[in-house]
Amino acid sequence: MRLEKILAGAILAAGLAVPAAAQDPTKVGFIYVGPIGDGGWTYEHDKGRLAVEEHFGDKVETVFQESVPEGADAERAITQMALRGADLIFTTSFGFMEPTITVAKKFPDVKFEHATGFKTADNVSTYSARFYEGRAIQGHIAASMTESNVIGYIASYPIPEVIRGINAAYIHARKANPDVEFKIIWAYTWFDPAKEADAATALIEQGADVILQHTDSTAPQAAAEKAGDVITFGQASDMAEYKPYPRVSSIIDNWAPYYIERTQDVMDGTWESQQVWHGINEGMVEIGEITDAVPEDVKTQALALKAEIASGDYHPFTGPLNKQDGSAWLAEGETADDGTLLGMDFYVEGISGKIPQ
Amino acid sequence: MDLASISPVLLLASLMVAATPILLAALGELVVERSGVLNLGVEGMMITGAICGFAAAVETGSPFAGFVAAALGGAVLSLLFAGLTQVALANQVASGLALTLFGLGLSALMGQGYVGVKPPPTPRLDIPVLGDIPILGPILFGHDVMVYVGLGLCAAIWAMLKYTRAGLVLRAVGENHDAAHALGYKVVRVRVMAILFGGACAGLGGAYISLIRVPQWTEGMTAGAGWIALALVVFASWKAGRVLLGAWLFGGVTVLQLNLQAAGVAIPVEYLSMSPYLITILVLVIMSADRSRAPGSLGRIFHATG
Repeated sequence: MRLEKILAGAILAAGLAVPAAAQDPTKVGFIYVGPIGDGGWTYEHDKGRLAVEEHFGDKVETVFQESVPEGADAERAITQMALRGADLIFTTSFGFMEPTITVAKKFPDVKFEHATGFKTADNVSTYSARFYEGRAIQGHIAASMTESNVIGYIASYPIPEVIRGINAAYIHARKANPDVEFKIIWAYTWFDPAKEADAATALIEQGADVILQHTDSTAPQAAAEKAGDVITFGQASDMAEYKPYPRVSSIIDNWAPYYIERTQDVMDGTWESQQVWHGINEGMVEIGEITDAVPEDVKTQALALKAEIASGDYHPFTGPLNKQDGSAWLAEGETADDGTLLGMDFYVEGISGKIPQ
Repeated sequence: MDLASISPVLLLASLMVAATPILLAALGELVVERSGVLNLGVEGMMITGAICGFAAAVETGSPFAGFVAAALGGAVLSLLFAGLTQVALANQVASGLALTLFGLGLSALMGQGYVGVKPPPTPRLDIPVLGDIPILGPILFGHDVMVYVGLGLCAAIWAMLKYTRAGLVLRAVGENHDAAHALGYKVVRVRVMAILFGGACAGLGGAYISLIRVPQWTEGMTAGAGWIALALVVFASWKAGRVLLGAWLFGGVTVLQLNLQAAGVAIPVEYLSMSPYLITILVLVIMSADRSRAPGSLGRIFHATG
């Protein structure tokens, strides 16, 4: 089956090689870790893909493959997409990092863009959003609203991006309310609604009245709604269907402008390998509507925090901050450098529990 | 570490909820495999049942109608498998895998308009007196109807296979289809009925996830539960009682490990995460040391030759 396809592709490619070239639409491929209907992470990436189609019309052709598992099978999926003639391929999950690099070596003429990773090559860029800026605001609202002082956190995999989010939320939760405690569950999945719902339920049963999630589906929102007096935040996407309660705000990843820009670069032949990490300021991270369920003063504080972060006056990781073991990390007024943040593998002081290795 | 924050009563109650979808699907597959057919399409039938049930429940406002529709949806999809393997004599493994792929795609298509919609709540069965018993009440008598349907189904299948003529015929067909055919049993008819039953059960299991456990519709939301159900049947050595035990173990350890994590127990999370799989497999493998074996004709194509 596969061999046939490859052969057919090769014959086609050989036959079309001469008349093709200039007039062909630019082919942009997307590899997704979940289904496009997950309502969260992948849903937003696919919105970006649709924006590319709308912006360029006939000049582009987009293809995507959803629910690609992280690991060996990803390599096959990316290879196949490159073989099918994609000029630019976005691989949209951390676990696609190694497969992307491997495949990129075999297709030097194809441009690759890997989301949330840190390895680049001549034809591989990375791009990510400073989600932690949104997490800071989330932590502030959560700690201001909790009554049990227990905040539940559904984490996915122990990678820097997730740990950064936990730290950012925790630091700002503690600032707003020194009594809060975080209970963290590592779900070891990006997308498994039943498991995410179970995790949310376990946290709620143990006293959490705020659920923060770093998994992709809306299942924790549904579990919180079922439980009643629990608040949640939309993750990666607005998750507006759970407004105004339990979902009181959200972090929205807006990939569309970046996808359009990079597609344009490929068309113009100006594409170069780069590492992009944009935040609230550039619009890659958006804060979804803060609903009326949030007290007015908390909302004002949250928006002020957002404005400060956007303007660059305030960095969510500003000292004095210690690591979990009590050793000094940032001195008074010092801010974290991107290198440390990108490789973050430690909790800040105050969080209990260990990061799985 | 704060073990006191785990409430054993709530834990056992969530165990029942976590176990029910795989229990329903595995019981259906048990009957299918006992009739000598290997249907790898459980995941596809579950997800189809999940969306059929969800859509019907939303449209009619009745969770009961949802479950009926889920069973029908699963059964109709399995009919496709029955047609391929029993009439067209296609390879069962390939047909089953195709059924899973087809079910995942079909459900995504059917579910287009249902993302973000909230289903009507399924009422908990409020049994007076029994539900008020301290501790036992909330664990045993405070659930939705489907939990009891699962348990009842398990008992019924066990009794049917062990004590009834219909069960004997089913097993005969599964053990040696040529002999059963020679005795005059309608091998194909028995198998088609078993496949339909398996599809209906898988559909119910899927709808339990979309209507009660989560409750919402999300593409691909069964996320591998069907494969776990399949594995469970094998490790339970094709016995209904062991399927129940396995489902409870798996559901129980899954919920327990999440609770232990939340309570901050000092066991590395990696071990906690793999524990549901390890413990379930370990227990069932040890139990099947009594040389239980697969039905003799499992996965073999039956073609009546005179």
